[in-house]
Amino acid sequence: MLYREAGQFKASYQEDQQIFPIRQDRIGMAVILAFFFLAVPMLASQYWLQAILIPVLIFSLAAIGLNILTGYAGQLSLGSAAFMAVGAFGAYNFILRIDGMPFLVGVLLGGLSAAAVGVAFGLPSLRIKGFYLAVATLAAQFFIVWALVKFPWFSNNSSSGVITAQQIEILGFAFNTPESKYLLTLAIVTVLAFVAKNLVRSTTGRSWMAVRDMDVAAEVIGIRPMRAKLSAFAVSSFYCGVAGALYAYTYLGTVEPEGFSLDLSFRILFMIIIGGVGSIMGSFLGAAFIVLLPIFLNVGMHAVFGSAMPAGMASNLELIIFGGLIIFFLIVEPHGLARLWQLAKDKLRLWPFPH
Amino acid sequence: MMMNDMANVASSTGGGGRRIGEVILDLKNISLRFGGVKALTDISFDIREHEIRSIIGPNGAGKSSMLNVINGVYHPQEGQILFRGEPRQKMEPHMAAAQGIARTFQNIALFKGMTVLDNIMTGRNLKMKCNLFHHALFFGKAQREEIEHRKKVEEVIDFLEIQSIRKTPVGRLPYGLQKRVELARALAAEPTMLLLDEPMAGMNVEEKQDMCRFILDVNDQFGTTIVLIEHDMGVVMDISDRVVVLDYGKKIGDGPPDEVKNNPDVIAAYLGTSH
Amino acid sequence: MGFFFEVLIGGLLSGVLYALVALGFVLIYKASGVFNFAQGAMVFFAALTFVGFQEVLPGWTGLEPGSIAVFWMAFVLALASMVVLGILTEKVVLRPLVNQPHITLFMATIGLTFLVEGIAQAIWGNHVRGLDLGIADEPIEWVLDSADIIVSKFDVFAATLAGILVASLALFFQYTKVGRALRAVADDHQAALSIGIPLQHIWAIVWAVAGFVALVAGLIWGARSGVQFALTFTALKALPVLILGGFTSVPGAIVGGLIIGASEKLAEVYIGPFVGGGIEGWFPYMLALLFLLVRPEGLFGEKHIDRV
Repeated sequence: MLYREAGQFKASYQEDQQIFPIRQDRIGMAVILAFFFLAVPMLASQYWLQAILIPVLIFSLAAIGLNILTGYAGQLSLGSAAFMAVGAFGAYNFILRIDGMPFLVGVLLGGLSAAAVGVAFGLPSLRIKGFYLAVATLAAQFFIVWALVKFPWFSNNSSSGVITAQQIEILGFAFNTPESKYLLTLAIVTVLAFVAKNLVRSTTGRSWMAVRDMDVAAEVIGIRPMRAKLSAFAVSSFYCGVAGALYAYTYLGTVEPEGFSLDLSFRILFMIIIGGVGSIMGSFLGAAFIVLLPIFLNVGMHAVFGSAMPAGMASNLELIIFGGLIIFFLIVEPHGLARLWQLAKDKLRLWPFPH
Repeated sequence: MMMNDMANVASSTGGGGRRIGEVILDLKNISLRFGGVKALTDISFDIREHEIRSIIGPNGAGKSSMLNVINGVYHPQEGQILFRGEPRQKMEPHMAAAQGIARTFQNIALFKGMTVLDNIMTGRNLKMKCNLFHHALFFGKAQREEIEHRKKVEEVIDFLEIQSIRKTPVGRLPYGLQKRVELARALAAEPTMLLLDEPMAGMNVEEKQDMCRFILDVNDQFGTTIVLIEHDMGVVMDISDRVVVLDYGKKIGDGPPDEVKNNPDVIAAYLGTSH
Repeated sequence: MGFFFEVLIGGLLSGVLYALVALGFVLIYKASGVFNFAQGAMVFFAALTFVGFQEVLPGWTGLEPGSIAVFWMAFVLALASMVVLGILTEKVVLRPLVNQPHITLFMATIGLTFLVEGIAQAIWGNHVRGLDLGIADEPIEWVLDSADIIVSKFDVFAATLAGILVASLALFFQYTKVGRALRAVADDHQAALSIGIPLQHIWAIVWAVAGFVALVAGLIWGARSGVQFALTFTALKALPVLILGGFTSVPGAIVGGLIIGASEKLAEVYIGPFVGGGIEGWFPYMLALLFLLVRPEGLFGEKHIDRV
C-alpha cells in the first residue's frame, strides 16, 4: 500500500517532466543517495570500498557511456575499453605535463580527449550500420591500445606503457584513503548519471532514439543523422573516458594499455545487455552484476572444492555463465534487469488489486 | 454512403474559406532511375499554396518515389525543382524539413521505442534551439523550452484526439492510431506543406472518415498545402483540388477531379485496357 | 625483389586461411542473416575437440597413439561434435531470436563465443597442445634453390587444402538440391518458405557445414600455432576480410582474404619499422575501414537502396 501514485496529480507540464514523477520514487532515490554517501563509507570495509564499490561505480559510468551510444543511439561499439584508455592516459598526461593542473580539470580533459577520439572513430557510422559499424569500432580498440604501447610519450617513457597515477589532490585535500576515493568516485558518477538522464529525456536524447529507431524518418522530420550519431559518439566516449581516468586514479593506481583489452569492452557490453539496453538505471545494475558475479563465483567454488579446485575451473565457469546469461537475457528479457525492476514496481503499484 | 458523407464534410469545412495561392513547388521534367530501372520519366507538375493535390495511379506507378523526390530522400537524375520560384540544388531530407515540408509514410515510420508524446516532440526538433549543454543541465533554459514546446504538442494531441495514449509506447498501438500519431508528428512541425503517403490504407470506414476530417481541418485551419497519395478514389475525388495521375512512372493525367475522372488514358490505366 | 615476393607469397598463403574462417561467417550469414561472431570460438572448439579425442582414443580403443586410425576417428568424432554444436546453436540460441534485429543476434553470438570457449576448456582442459598433421613447416627446397625465395611447405599444403574445400563448397552450393535451396533461402526467407523449402532444416545443414569448415580451419591453424585459446582470435582476422569482401559473397571472402593477408604482411615489413612494428593487429581493420568509406557494401556485396 506504500507505493501508490493515487492522489498525486500533475498540474503543470513541469511536474509531468520530472525525472521521478512518482513521489515514492523521489523519496526512494533520496534514501539510496543518502545511504551510499553517508552510511556506506562508515559501514563498508576497506576491501568492499576498494575492490567492489569503486569498480562497480566506475564500470557503471562506462556502461552508461556505452548505453548512450548503443542503447539510445543504436550504434553498437566494441571499443569502449579503448576509449577508457584514452581517458586514463589523457588525464595522466594533462596532470603530468601542465603544472598545477587541478585533478578534476585533468579528468575532464581526459574525458574530452576520449570524446574527440570517439568522434573520429564514429565518422564511419555516417556510412555504415549495424555490425559493419561494430567491426569498424574494433579498429579503434586495436589501434588505440597499440598506439599507447608503441609511442612512449603517452606513458612518459615508461616500459611497455605502464603508468602510475599521481596522488589525487583537490583544493589541498589529498584523496588517499579508500573512503575518500570512494566518495570522490561516487560524487562524479552521481553527477554524470543525472546529466545522462537529462540528456536522454531532452531533444538530444530524442534525436538519438529517433536515429536508432528509424534513421530515414528522423532525417525527414529534420533531425541531422550526422549530428545525432556524432554527438552520441562524443558523449559516450566522454563517459568512457572519465570512467577510464577514474579506473586509473581511484581504482587501480597503476594501469597499462593492454589492460583496456577487447575482453574489457565485451564486459562493458555485457553490463548493458544484462542491466538493460537503453536504461541509465540498468547500467548500474549490470555493472554491479558483472563485477560481483566472478567474486561470488570464486568464493562459492572455494567453499565447494576448497584448495582442490581444478585449475582454470573458475574462469571456465565464468565464461560459461557469462555467455549463457547473455543469450538468456537476449532471448527472455532483452531489456535486462532494469525491465525486471520496472515490472516489479508496476506490480507493486497495483498490489493488492492486480486488475 | 461513405462518399456522400465525405462530400458533405468537404463542402462544409472547405467551402469558400480556403484561398488557393501561388505555385509553391514546381517540378519540371523529373526523371529518376535506380540502376537500369526507370522509376519516374519526364514528369512535370506544380503544387499551389493551400491546395490539396493528390497523386494517384496503380501500384508501382511511382507515387511514393515522387514524394521521396519532393522531400529529398531520392535525387532525380534529370529535371529541375523550383521551391517558391527558387531552383533547388541537391538537397537532403532535413533541408526539406527546414523549408517546412513534413511527411508521413506508407509503411508507418514511427520511432517504435518511444512514447507517443516523445514521437510527437521529435516533430518540433527544428524549432528547438537549446544545445547539448543546455540539455545536460536541463533546469533553466532547456526546461523552459521543453515546456513551451510541450504546449504546442498538446495542441496537436487535442486536435487529433489522442490525449489518452500520450504516454503509451507507439509499438503497442493499433495500426489506425499509429497512422494518427504519425500525422501528429508531422503536424507538430507546423509545416507549410504536408506530404501524406496513403494515410488511409488499411483503415476501416470510421477511421477513414476521421482521417479525412483531420486532413480537411488541417488544410482549412492552418492553410497547409497537402500532397496526398491515396488509393480510395472516393476520398481522392471528394477532397482534392487537383489530381495528378501516374502510370509506369509517366504522367498520364493532371487536372481537377472531374476532368481526370473522364480522361480516357486514366480510365484505361485503371481498367487495364491496352494503351 | 626476391624478398618482396617472399613476403607477398607468405601473405597470400595466410590470406587463404583467413578466407577459410571468413567462409564460415559467409555461409551462416547468407543462410540465416546471422553474423556469427562465435565462428572463431567454433574453430577453437573444433581443434580442441580433435586433439582431445586424439589423446583419449588410444586409451579407449587400444589403438596406437598417433596412428592413422586414431587420426580419422578423432576427425569423425570432432566433426560429429561440431555438427551437434551447430544444430544445438541453431535450435537453442537462434530460433528463439528469429525476427529480432540483426544487432541482437550479433550480441547473442558474442555470448555464444564465451559459452563455447568455456565449455571447450571445461571439457578438455586449459593447457596448450601441439597438433601434428605430418607436414613440416619448412621451406620448399626447389623453390629456394631456383628462385631464392622461402615458401613454407606447410603453408602451401594448408592453402591447397583450403582451396579444395572452398571449391568443393562452391560446387556443392551451385549444383546440389540443398545448395539451390540455400540460395533461395538467402535470397528471401519468406519466399523460400512459401515454396516449401524447410527453412530450419536448411539452417541446421548450414550450421553443420560451418562446423565442418571450422574444424578444417582449426586443424590447420592448430597445427601451425598450437591448439590454444588464441585460436578464437582467428575470428578477429576474418572480420576485416568480410568487410572488404562483403558478408554475402563467397568469392568476396576469398579475394578479401588474399588482399588482407598480403597487405598486412607487406605493411608489417615495409611500414611497420617506421612506427615501431606490431601493426598487423590493426592494419587490416584500418584498411577495411577506409575501404568502407568508399564502398560501404564491400567488394562483392550488393548495393542496398533504402525504401521508405
